[in-house]
Amino acid sequence: MQDPIQLELSRRDLLISSAATVAVTGVAGSAAAQSAGKQMAYVTKVNFTVNGERRELDVDNRTTLLDALREHLHLTGTKKGCDHGQCGACTVMVDGRRINSCLTLAVMHDGDEVTTIEGLGQPGNLHPMQAAFVKHDGFQCGYCTPGQICSSVAVLEEIKANIPSHVTGDLNSPAQLTAAEVRERMSGNICRCGAYSNILDAISEVGGITA
Amino acid sequence: MKFETPATTNPIDRLKVIGQPIHRIDGELKTTGRAMYAYEWHDPNTPYAYGYPVGAAIAKGRINAMDVTAAKSAPGVLAVVTTLDVGKRKKGKFNTANLFGGDEVQHYHQAIAVVVAETFEEARAAAALVKADYAEERGTFDLSAERRAAKKPDESQEPDTAVGDFEAAFRSASVTLDQSYTTPDQSHAMMEPHASIAAWNGDEVTVWTSSQMIDWWRSDLATTLGVDKGKIHLMSPFIGGGFGGKLFLRADAVLAAFGAKAANRPVKVALPRPFVINNTTHRPATIQRIRIGAERNGKITAIAHESWSGDLPGGGLETAVNQTRLLYAGANRMTAMRLVTLDLPEGNAMRAPGEAPGLMALEIAIDEMAERVGMDPIEFRIVNDTQVDPEKPERPFSHRDLIGCLKLGADRFGWSNRPKVGSRREGDWLIGMGVAAAFRNNLVLPSGARVKLDRQGVVTVETDMTDIGTGSYTIIAQTAAEMMGVGIDKVAVQLGDSRFPVSAGSGGQFGANSSTSGVYAACIKLRDAIAQKLGFNSGDAVFENGIVRSGNRSVPLAEAAGPGGLVGEDTMEWGDLAKTHQQSTFGAHFVEVGVDVATGETRIRRMLTVCAAGRILNPITARSQVIGAMTMGAGGALSEELAVDTRRGFFVNHDLAGYEVPVHADIPHQEVVFMAETDPMSSPMKAKGVGELGLCGVAAAITNAIYNATGVRVRHYPITLDKLIGGLPDVA
Repeated sequence: MQDPIQLELSRRDLLISSAATVAVTGVAGSAAAQSAGKQMAYVTKVNFTVNGERRELDVDNRTTLLDALREHLHLTGTKKGCDHGQCGACTVMVDGRRINSCLTLAVMHDGDEVTTIEGLGQPGNLHPMQAAFVKHDGFQCGYCTPGQICSSVAVLEEIKANIPSHVTGDLNSPAQLTAAEVRERMSGNICRCGAYSNILDAISEVGGITA
Repeated sequence: MKFETPATTNPIDRLKVIGQPIHRIDGELKTTGRAMYAYEWHDPNTPYAYGYPVGAAIAKGRINAMDVTAAKSAPGVLAVVTTLDVGKRKKGKFNTANLFGGDEVQHYHQAIAVVVAETFEEARAAAALVKADYAEERGTFDLSAERRAAKKPDESQEPDTAVGDFEAAFRSASVTLDQSYTTPDQSHAMMEPHASIAAWNGDEVTVWTSSQMIDWWRSDLATTLGVDKGKIHLMSPFIGGGFGGKLFLRADAVLAAFGAKAANRPVKVALPRPFVINNTTHRPATIQRIRIGAERNGKITAIAHESWSGDLPGGGLETAVNQTRLLYAGANRMTAMRLVTLDLPEGNAMRAPGEAPGLMALEIAIDEMAERVGMDPIEFRIVNDTQVDPEKPERPFSHRDLIGCLKLGADRFGWSNRPKVGSRREGDWLIGMGVAAAFRNNLVLPSGARVKLDRQGVVTVETDMTDIGTGSYTIIAQTAAEMMGVGIDKVAVQLGDSRFPVSAGSGGQFGANSSTSGVYAACIKLRDAIAQKLGFNSGDAVFENGIVRSGNRSVPLAEAAGPGGLVGEDTMEWGDLAKTHQQSTFGAHFVEVGVDVATGETRIRRMLTVCAAGRILNPITARSQVIGAMTMGAGGALSEELAVDTRRGFFVNHDLAGYEVPVHADIPHQEVVFMAETDPMSSPMKAKGVGELGLCGVAAAITNAIYNATGVRVRHYPITLDKLIGGLPDVA
């Protein structure tokens, strides 16, 4: 595990250095604008793999990974529920780990492998987790559902990888796949329709939790 | 078709498809991310532009001037449309506050501009450059402080009811209770923010939006834009939750339409999450006073329920007393509701308006009263059951099995093991059980559908009904399959398109029963058309296994349809049965909680809800409605509260971190039981609503369980730690 104090320091360093970067770029940009009569370039080329396919995009530096997926690649299965990391509807997997795609910029993912709900399974060829959500009616309006499913798949992997959570009782023994662990780990994915009880049933079936 | 006499045996009663636990027919689309919500419509040949809204930064006043110079010259900007540009508009019938247009600011975050740009990022950046010069006026924002200024609203809202002599009966009652309760402002907080795409073609506009009620929106959009309703085409096939927040036209559609006109491009507008709380509607807070008088044997002789709520000028009541007119017996009774003018965002319907906050209070009062008369709270409710409308004893309930729900639930939940108040402890946890009644009226609205049969024998249903997660797609397919005698795999359902017959829409738990009744009516028409074409007597034609049969003749439906196919279209309308018989739905909620003795943290350990709601059309989707409602009730009990800034006049916690809805970790396994019943007075489906019933009473059951666990009676929602901790036992 990382030392939380070190982590805090490195975050602060990162903030300081990025502020400096912005200032420098800003000066260079306005100088360029004066000499060439052009706007500062704010578009960056990014290459990544989405659902196994190589994609190249020119994106506004402010474009989130979420909007790159939805508005540029038209992969609208990934949902925008809050656009600031509070609801989990935008959950995707980047290099095998789940993240809120609204809280990360597309330009930060050059070379990454992104998996979205569209990459897990398709109608007629569902991923086991998608099939379990249908079977247990783990959704209603469906808007949080892709995020719930991506999170569910990743949660099972996190437990397998022995990554502890807030409710892990003993950090010296392997993380257990229990209902309490799943509920805790899934709590970043809000479902206002309130399908939680059914979602747990779906994850339990796929993960092999017996009640 | 008009439903005027109680239903007799009809093809629905075969229950080959209806009533069966069939998985959602849209399940594969939703779980694979292929269901297209409003903002997601994409035509590769269409140059969409992005609109970003600007909201008022004051709660009340006027806009003197707006400066959009910087916004207009920002990179990528195509157009800026301000509320001053479009001027004052005629307001939609269902809106209280203006959505857009004119110089008046009626509430914080009311839309005052939309910035349209090539990209979302450019539109958002430019929106921050729009400047408004306000003439701020003094507003009123505090329900409690303004309560004395409350007014009696017009008689159409039925502010006062009285039967017998409440005051005298209450004075002479052996046991009495007189308590006040409060419920806070709440937000629908649906997962999909309001969103629209508008595309003009000449003077016609197509709008993809997120609407529970297609026809209401279409009418109000026509009014607001000042165009003919026939020129508007609305599409809303998938809706990411509504809970009442998408019943009425909202600003996203209006801004998209104005933005698209100005930019001469199709424009997409989604409300940013913080706008959802202050730009749209919410459930208004209430202050409630309940007085109950009873004899020593537990019989209620006097019951009074009064409620105060607020809204903008021209707005309405939160009808929190309504269930008290019908739920319990008692010869002497009164209700009263008063309205305070508040300049907060518009108050309006949220899931089970009236009953949800009303039962949050009433079902605590009943628990308190049971304790005062020394009865088990279930027994107290049973003693005071009524099979007739207490205000009009000649008017019976069509069907009422509250007692059955309470008894079955008590048995299932192990109610007999309920501890004495404050007596059960497991480690740091104080454990308690609570119960509450659920009650919600059964409403119906006219609902139309068109049903087509093609040469492949496929039945296609078209109706402007919406599926907000309720399962409309599936139960409508089940209805058509049952009526036409085909498997559900032979039915296609198309919803949420204004080109289809006008339906009931989704709200007030009227959607399922009303819309399937409309499909029933259209299927009767289609059956007649098929019989007529084949020369069958439609009265004795049997539709079964994809074949229509009469006497010794039988013809496959595909063949009967012929190359041109056949169509049936009708609207279900409603007679007087709801007037002669009170139609309501009933239930009982059982909850077990643990309260941490040191911190006051409440954890819900078990939940059971038993519902008596007529025929259950699909036990899977109906159960999901109920567990979802139980979850929303858990939020209402323990965490949900819009915090009012009474100085500046807005809801401060306007996002999903500040407005705390339940998450996975808050909700235990939930159990739901449906009573096996039908209600032939309700519709040919013999069904009633269930989606709101499940919410009614949940919060009170949790509150009563907390009291049972701790001995602390909290009457002000939500029950946060601070309200409990002072009453908990000392921790050594």
